[in-house]
Amino acid sequence: MATTTPGLQSQLMTLNLGPQHPSTHGVLRVVVTLDGEEVVEAQPDIGYLHRNFEKIVEAWALPGVIPFSDRNDYLAAIANEVCVCDAIETLGQVELPDRARWLRVLFAELQRIISHELWYGAFGMDLGAFTPFLYGFRDRESGYLLMEKATGARMLYGFNRVGGLRNDVTDAWLKELEAYLDFLDKEAWPEYMKLLIDNEIFVLRTKGTGVLTQEQAIAWGASGPVLRSTGLSWDLRKKRPYLVYDQLDFAVPTGTHGDNYDRAMVRMLEIKESIKIIRQVMKRLPDGPVLGKARASVRLPTADYYARQESPRGEVGVYLVGNGRPNAYRLKWRAPTFSHLQLVPLLCRGVKVADMIANLGSLDVVMGEVDR
Amino acid sequence: MNDVLAAVLEAIAVLCYVALNAFVLIWLERKIAGHIQRRVGPLRVGGPGGALQSLADGIKLFSKEDFRPGGRDSLVWWLAPLVSMTPAVMVFIAIPFGQHLIVHDMNIGLIFIASISSFGLLGVFMAGWGSNNKYSLLGAMRAGAQLFSYEIPAILSTIGVVLAAGSLSLETIVAKQSAHWFLFPQILGFIVFYIAVLAETNRTPFDLAEAESELVAGYFTEYSGIRWAMFPFAEYGSLFTGCALATTLFLGGWHGPLFLPGWIWFLIKTYILVFIAMWIRWTLPRVRIDQLMDLGWKFLIPLSLVNILGTGAYIALVR
Repeated sequence: MATTTPGLQSQLMTLNLGPQHPSTHGVLRVVVTLDGEEVVEAQPDIGYLHRNFEKIVEAWALPGVIPFSDRNDYLAAIANEVCVCDAIETLGQVELPDRARWLRVLFAELQRIISHELWYGAFGMDLGAFTPFLYGFRDRESGYLLMEKATGARMLYGFNRVGGLRNDVTDAWLKELEAYLDFLDKEAWPEYMKLLIDNEIFVLRTKGTGVLTQEQAIAWGASGPVLRSTGLSWDLRKKRPYLVYDQLDFAVPTGTHGDNYDRAMVRMLEIKESIKIIRQVMKRLPDGPVLGKARASVRLPTADYYARQESPRGEVGVYLVGNGRPNAYRLKWRAPTFSHLQLVPLLCRGVKVADMIANLGSLDVVMGEVDR
Repeated sequence: MNDVLAAVLEAIAVLCYVALNAFVLIWLERKIAGHIQRRVGPLRVGGPGGALQSLADGIKLFSKEDFRPGGRDSLVWWLAPLVSMTPAVMVFIAIPFGQHLIVHDMNIGLIFIASISSFGLLGVFMAGWGSNNKYSLLGAMRAGAQLFSYEIPAILSTIGVVLAAGSLSLETIVAKQSAHWFLFPQILGFIVFYIAVLAETNRTPFDLAEAESELVAGYFTEYSGIRWAMFPFAEYGSLFTGCALATTLFLGGWHGPLFLPGWIWFLIKTYILVFIAMWIRWTLPRVRIDQLMDLGWKFLIPLSLVNILGTGAYIALVR
């Protein structure tokens, strides 16, 4: 609370951080009550990017849901596509060709790398380091170029189909991907570490700030790197294997303290693991079609199903209810960062303004999927 | 009459140099930032490497709308850029660019610079208060705490040099360094002074007062056009004078090993220090306000006191 010296009056200040602000990662508004430099209360206010997707898709034949899912978490569109397709395919009992299974893993992991590269740059920016941002973006751009060559679009792909993928990838493309991974592994990743993560000021700023205990993380529904940074090795790719993750060899990086530094490290190590996974997929990619027998529409039975997968940000889920028609009776998206955003008041109580920005950045919030 | 004319001419000469210097530094900053970030920086405006980019920017800033925030404290808001810029320019008159190449050699030169440059804080604080903006106010509060805390180690760290040279006049201090520079006996003082200069010019890792990701633009959020331009103008002015003072006090001023004119040596050394400041700015993240205070009060001030004690003891015992 406001400290008062006899004779002097002090007042709390309410500051609206956003929806237009350089560091709120999209249109997030945080109503902050400040006692000088110290945050007394931080209340996120969402809804500025609400587009009513869940209701709109009820009117669309099911394959039409996929482009909407892209625009949820627009920084990891493939992860959302794959999840929504999983829900539709499981409920509608659509066969998925083997090659499509492997390719979906490949694209999901490439997307994870790209998403973490963006996070790296933005987090550096939140801490006042401008240069890492451009290094992160350089490699993100080459990743997006690869995506464009394979799928035809940079960010919002519409690449998955119910029962497979729109098109196959070429051998030449796989070679380019290999070169990209080599560059990332040998040059870019060590550079990231040297430039930001190992920097003394970075360590000083992130260690011990924004601490989240394991109990709190579980109680507030955190998932992904935010949950794993507290030491719990909970990764849906391991715990509830989908696609072909059970046949792949990879580790799940975890932290110990649940602070900003651990969250950063978990994401950095995940880039390494994703590179490993993609290499394995490229080696073991089976031949065959990538799209099963073409079907104009899928009729869902009167049943419901909850598909959940590990997106770069955490557990992304699709709860799908069918009632015998070609469109969904109800479709509910579970967005990981919606849960993470609820942690903001908890993490930011009593910290300095600078740490609040760092906490917000380390949660890696994407407003597209929070507001939907 | 002649005195007045001389003073006017001196003022014009200083202003011209400060303006030219700011243009060069801004262009340099953008070029260096570009190359550090694997870009090329300004390229198209005026000659090789976009050398006239700053001039084009200046013209643009002059022609922009003069936006005034509602609810401002008019007089304070209007005066702030001027108050912030004036001391940055005034400091130039006490800096010896070469032997006898100084506007005014005062026997209290160092004290003059120390006292004038602390006025800059006033402008920053006025800007933050007068803008009627919460971000500006936060930025001004940070700047107040920061500039005040780093003024002390900056001055304390120069005392070792004053003791060694036995004079406050900057010309005399440089003249005393003809045999050897004060850099190595005063290495502690130099490090403390350079860090304090970085902090006083609001540069990363100490750019808390304008912390973009936190406070939008800090104390000058509400300024635009040429009024805004005065703040970076002052900032680059103080960056140069800070580095020039470091050259004068620690790096032997105009003395150099080769037969080049003294002022060229002076500028080379100063611009190397400026380059290092830019290099640091585009590499490091920002510290937090309490860490900044800790560094100032718990580390730099004791260190500079140790330096004074050591220098004093050496002079008392050896000489």
